Amino acid sequence: MESDKLIQVMDEVAVARTITRIAHEIIERNGGVGDMVIIGVRTRGAILADRLASEIERIERVALPIGVMDITLYRDDVQNKLEQPLVQKTEILFQVADKIVILVDDVLFTGRTARAALDAIIDFGRPRSIQFAVLIDRGHRELPIRADYIGKSLSTTLEEKVVVKIKEEDGIDGVLLGGR
Amino acid sequence: MRLKSRHLLGLEGVSRQDIELIFNTGVTFKEILSRDIPKVPTLRGLTIANLFYEPSTRTRFSFELAEKRLSADTVSFSTNTSSVQKGETLKDTVQNIEAMKVDMVVIRHQAAGAPHFLARCCDTKVINAGDGAHEHPTQALLDLFTVWEKYKKIDGLRVVIVGDIKYSRVARSDIWGFKTMGAEVAICGPTTLLPYEVEKMGVKVYNRLEAALEGRDIVIVLRIQTERQEMGLLPTIREYVNRFCLTPPHLAGLRENFTIMHPGPINRGVEISPEVADGPYSVILSQVTNGVAIRMAVLYLLSGGRLPNSRRKAKAS
Amino acid sequence: MEEYQLVVTGDEMIDPESGYSGPGTIYIKDGSFFKIEKKKLSQEQSKGLSNVPRLIDATGMIVGPGLIDMHVHLREPGREDEETILTGAEAAAAGGFTSICCMPNTTPPLDNYGIINFVVERARSAKVRVYPIGAITQGQKGEIIAEIGDLVEAGAVAISDDGYPVMNSGVMRNAMEYTRMFDIPVISHAEDLGLVGTGVANEGFNSTRFGLPGIPGIAEEVMVARDIMISDFTGCALHLAHLSTAGSISLVKEAKSRKVAVSCEVTPHHFSLTDDLLESYDSNLRVNPPIRTKRDVEALKDGLKEGTVDVIASDHAPHSQEEKEVEFEAAPCGMIGLETTVGLVVTELVEKGIIDWMEFFKKLSLNPATILKLQGGRLQVSAPADLTIIDPQKRWVVDPKKFKSKSKNSPFVGRRLRGKARYTIVAGKVVFEAES
Repeated sequence: MESDKLIQVMDEVAVARTITRIAHEIIERNGGVGDMVIIGVRTRGAILADRLASEIERIERVALPIGVMDITLYRDDVQNKLEQPLVQKTEILFQVADKIVILVDDVLFTGRTARAALDAIIDFGRPRSIQFAVLIDRGHRELPIRADYIGKSLSTTLEEKVVVKIKEEDGIDGVLLGGR
Repeated sequence: MRLKSRHLLGLEGVSRQDIELIFNTGVTFKEILSRDIPKVPTLRGLTIANLFYEPSTRTRFSFELAEKRLSADTVSFSTNTSSVQKGETLKDTVQNIEAMKVDMVVIRHQAAGAPHFLARCCDTKVINAGDGAHEHPTQALLDLFTVWEKYKKIDGLRVVIVGDIKYSRVARSDIWGFKTMGAEVAICGPTTLLPYEVEKMGVKVYNRLEAALEGRDIVIVLRIQTERQEMGLLPTIREYVNRFCLTPPHLAGLRENFTIMHPGPINRGVEISPEVADGPYSVILSQVTNGVAIRMAVLYLLSGGRLPNSRRKAKAS
Repeated sequence: MEEYQLVVTGDEMIDPESGYSGPGTIYIKDGSFFKIEKKKLSQEQSKGLSNVPRLIDATGMIVGPGLIDMHVHLREPGREDEETILTGAEAAAAGGFTSICCMPNTTPPLDNYGIINFVVERARSAKVRVYPIGAITQGQKGEIIAEIGDLVEAGAVAISDDGYPVMNSGVMRNAMEYTRMFDIPVISHAEDLGLVGTGVANEGFNSTRFGLPGIPGIAEEVMVARDIMISDFTGCALHLAHLSTAGSISLVKEAKSRKVAVSCEVTPHHFSLTDDLLESYDSNLRVNPPIRTKRDVEALKDGLKEGTVDVIASDHAPHSQEEKEVEFEAAPCGMIGLETTVGLVVTELVEKGIIDWMEFFKKLSLNPATILKLQGGRLQVSAPADLTIIDPQKRWVVDPKKFKSKSKNSPFVGRRLRGKARYTIVAGKVVFEAES
């Protein structure tokens, strides 16, 4: 329900520039894209991962392997919910062992999704490192998790809603902040 | 997403949506089973008791594996004697188990209605792994899933179930499940092994195997137990074999996409000849693999709504 | 001034023998009916009877001869934990019954003089009249006939192997032929064990659905037919217990048209329940003969309406909780019924216009008395003063925990019923009075 007062914090252009900037940061920090793979967290993280990979390919002329991960089964609250979230397929068709894994998600909030994703990746093998890229970091961490690459930091209250819209899923690109 | 009921006692009355949800979840779990570490932490801390009052290797094994792959803790109990003979009633056994904080019970029992009895008298969630001649829902679900995987749909497929329908819980569950998913279902067997008024379940009835196989896409072959001959329902197993055993000549003229299924264990040479069981139409081994994935899906979908331990203690006292 | 023990007056007094239904006043003295008037007492007349120890104004209630349940299982001797002669009698009184007949399948069975005598002696301190039914065969094994002469001497009012059929037709023939000279009926539990096999529920679409081994209707009908023929052949009176199928009713109807000396009974659960209820696998629904289909229920009701069915009896079968709280196939058969019979008959038959109050007292009082040659069943001067006064409007909910019976195995828990006994009077004494 789109309540009153949703402020647009990022528009389509801003999102695109942010992705470009993050792509450059990743390449710079790792001195290139050797042994690198990208894994996006369903649903919007996976789409962002695709875009990030495209940007990196445009810059470095290298196509990175892209994986999609559904972290539902690794959530720490899965048994408490009365309704089980629908589990979707995880597709990681490459080895993660000894790779630099760029984990991508749309919003970093409590950190629990990220923790679940870390567990899931490590179940696939032992990566050389996992680096975490998010479009929005909204604070309020409940676990000691941090992102390596941040699109935009937003200071929010717990009551506020952060809505990320991605064209392939929602029709437009953008980030909105819902007051109260 | 959740299944409509908090237990899985049978497929009669289970909706198409619920079955499709189980399929979609099963696909994910099947992928997990193919990984190097075929395990997820989803049901960590959950305790599941497998009560097998009837001997069973494959179903029990399949459930145990499914539970362990989901990181649940499992306890298994198997016995040949009925609870009454043992002195401790079924109710006592489960209440004792409940007191040990078991979250779910998977039960196989020779009396129809035993899982329903448990669901009524105890607090735990119940999965029916086979109750007398009534139902064996997870077997039917994996049968349905195997078909769905192969044909990408079930609507309009023509299925025939051959064998001792009267005493078969697999047959009943398969009939309910396949009909719900839109298949056309027929059954075939000697008249003494067909249940009373079974046509009311919406199936065509055949007494001749050749006629039953005509135009069919899928045949599910059931085991024949020698007991039936001892009960006077069959003159000899030999006569049954002559008339109902699925042999290579029966396969001539069948569609290329034909599928042969069997819930196992197979009596080679009785209901199905070895060449057919091992032949190209048979998906019997896929059924076994799918069994673990489907059982994981069911366990996952039925878990949930679990109170944290601190609150559960208060409930018990 | 007469020294009356008890006077009952009301608008609706029913005598099933004469067919009278209307206002009446009954004067009881020394345990018998002293005077019966076909009018209700006026206010002044009531005041004039102030010296009578008890005057019951049964306005709004139905007054009739005491009800007789001719098919009850009291578990004494052997299973006193489930029911005793005394607790069974308490339950009977609370249910409106002034007499009950107890079946011989106790442990040991009622197959000899000594044990029948034990029951008779025990019954002296019971609240209602208890008449023993003796066994047909020794040990109820179906092989050698019991000392029927002795059983009758000791007080048996009929013989039966109820709980079991007499499978051997030769034995049944001999038993019926022998019993003819004692002028008591043979009560048959009609069941062909070969056709029953391992069955636990009525064989039908529902048993197929629920995966329960089936008992076909013919298991009962085959024996009903046989017993009717043996009765006809030997000239012995036959009473068929707890009939449950449409086919059985047809067979009885046909036999009666040929004037065979056959009578039959049905239980309230057989005309109130259908086999689709087994979906719950509630073991309180497990009974022998099993509950059947809608079609059978309709046939039983038709039989009651037409008169083919003579008697309604409860087949009160108490079972302990631990024995019944098991999976359906492992549970013993039977349900209690003394305290639900009146409610079920009123709700399912009288309220629905299938029988009227005259027929009510015929099926539950006059006919059993006639079949067993008991005193009772009629409002007749000098007859024993047994009365049942029913509140036909009383709405109540079945709660076995409140029952007087020692056992609580009833599938009717929570059922809303109409009609309940308000007063039960045996030999002029009020043995049960409902709280208002």
